[in-house]
Amino acid sequence: MFVFRSIARCAAPLMLLAAVAIGIASAPARAQEMPDVMVKRVAQDVLATVKADPLIQAGNEARIREVLEAKLLPNFDFARMTALAMGKNWRTATPEQQKRLTDEFRGLLVRTYSGALTQYRNETVDYKPLRMNPGDTDVTVRTAVVRASGSPVQIDYSMEKKADAWKCYDVIVAGVSLVTNYRDEFNEQIKNGGVDGLITTLANRNKGVAAK
Amino acid sequence: MTVRSRSIGNALVALAASLLAGCAATPSRIDPFEPMNRGMFQIHTAVDEAVMRPAIQMYIDVVPDPVRQAVSNFFNNIDDMVSVVNDLLQGKIDKAGNDMGRVMLNTTWGLGGLVDLASMVGIERGNEDFGQTFGVWGFDQGPYLFVPILGPTTFRDGTGWIVRAAWGGPVGYIPDVAVRNVIYGVGAVDLRAQLMGTTKLVDTAALDRYLFIRNAYLQRRRYLVYDGKPPPEKEEE
Repeated sequence: MFVFRSIARCAAPLMLLAAVAIGIASAPARAQEMPDVMVKRVAQDVLATVKADPLIQAGNEARIREVLEAKLLPNFDFARMTALAMGKNWRTATPEQQKRLTDEFRGLLVRTYSGALTQYRNETVDYKPLRMNPGDTDVTVRTAVVRASGSPVQIDYSMEKKADAWKCYDVIVAGVSLVTNYRDEFNEQIKNGGVDGLITTLANRNKGVAAK
Repeated sequence: MTVRSRSIGNALVALAASLLAGCAATPSRIDPFEPMNRGMFQIHTAVDEAVMRPAIQMYIDVVPDPVRQAVSNFFNNIDDMVSVVNDLLQGKIDKAGNDMGRVMLNTTWGLGGLVDLASMVGIERGNEDFGQTFGVWGFDQGPYLFVPILGPTTFRDGTGWIVRAAWGGPVGYIPDVAVRNVIYGVGAVDLRAQLMGTTKLVDTAALDRYLFIRNAYLQRRRYLVYDGKPPPEKEEE
């Protein structure tokens, strides 16, 4: 048991080194940042900004959203997130509907996330070593938010390699996928009011109409 | 009393086990009692909004942070003792050692559990309960249930609750009924207070709070049964 553990402990950094080396070696003209490096860079940037900004610390959600738009959101693939939450219904939506769905779902996720972020105070983030094989185009970056007391909260990011950079398409908080958690709700809305019904419901939620 | 409760617990496990056998967790079958559950959820929400949320908010406003933290630590320490039992039932000897170490450290130097020294030195909580043990033993989660006041559960996890209640946990060994009931009461307040942040999040995020809570609960429990490494779920179509 202990032997395995020590092997695992040594192997992880070595694998990471190897992965980074492979990443550098196989990089095209412009080097692409590794997904875990990217998550760490973006998370630290956003959290440092949140911590230092008096408006955000006072709970100003508009200011938080400004920061998120600039620093965080460009790293997400909202179309993929919406498609995942829609499941088989995604294909039945027209391109125009898909675009509106993506915009509204993005709005809902950002509202939720910025609300949670106003609670951020003195937590630190623990970045787990990345397990990734060379050539992988889909990886999970694991982190844990460590609070002053109480158990750490695991936050995992599902990342997909795109032409220009890695993009996040799901966030899994303490084992709960933010994206697939919506699948039944989306299904229900579509069953009752079609794709347009879902768009209306999402738009209403974003305008502050309470859920049932 | 204890002996009788335990045999009731055993009988319920056996009953639940026979009910659960062969119940597959396909999306159409995870919530066969949805209409009833939604009714229960409505009752729960009404009581929660009218009575529990204001009371808990008062607790949060009146009782200073460090005191509430000590209360949480105290009850976490009791849960850690329950974790030790479940670690052993699941054959996780390493985890049992960890949780045992937590309990010993926190109960002694941590002033009876009020200070979570173990977390400060990096011994993570095992967080195992009877519902997870049944899951590890291979019982299916069975139908989803929403119980007013107690919240979301499944046949399997509910059976876990009953076993824990029948045993009474470490608190069950306190002879004075009044003292025991006060401890249970404060424990309930602490638990609901810890969930206030989640309540706000659900209010922002959900299109249908019933479904949102159901799916989050089931995802979370699956994750816990697999100790944070659940196998990928079959994609719909």
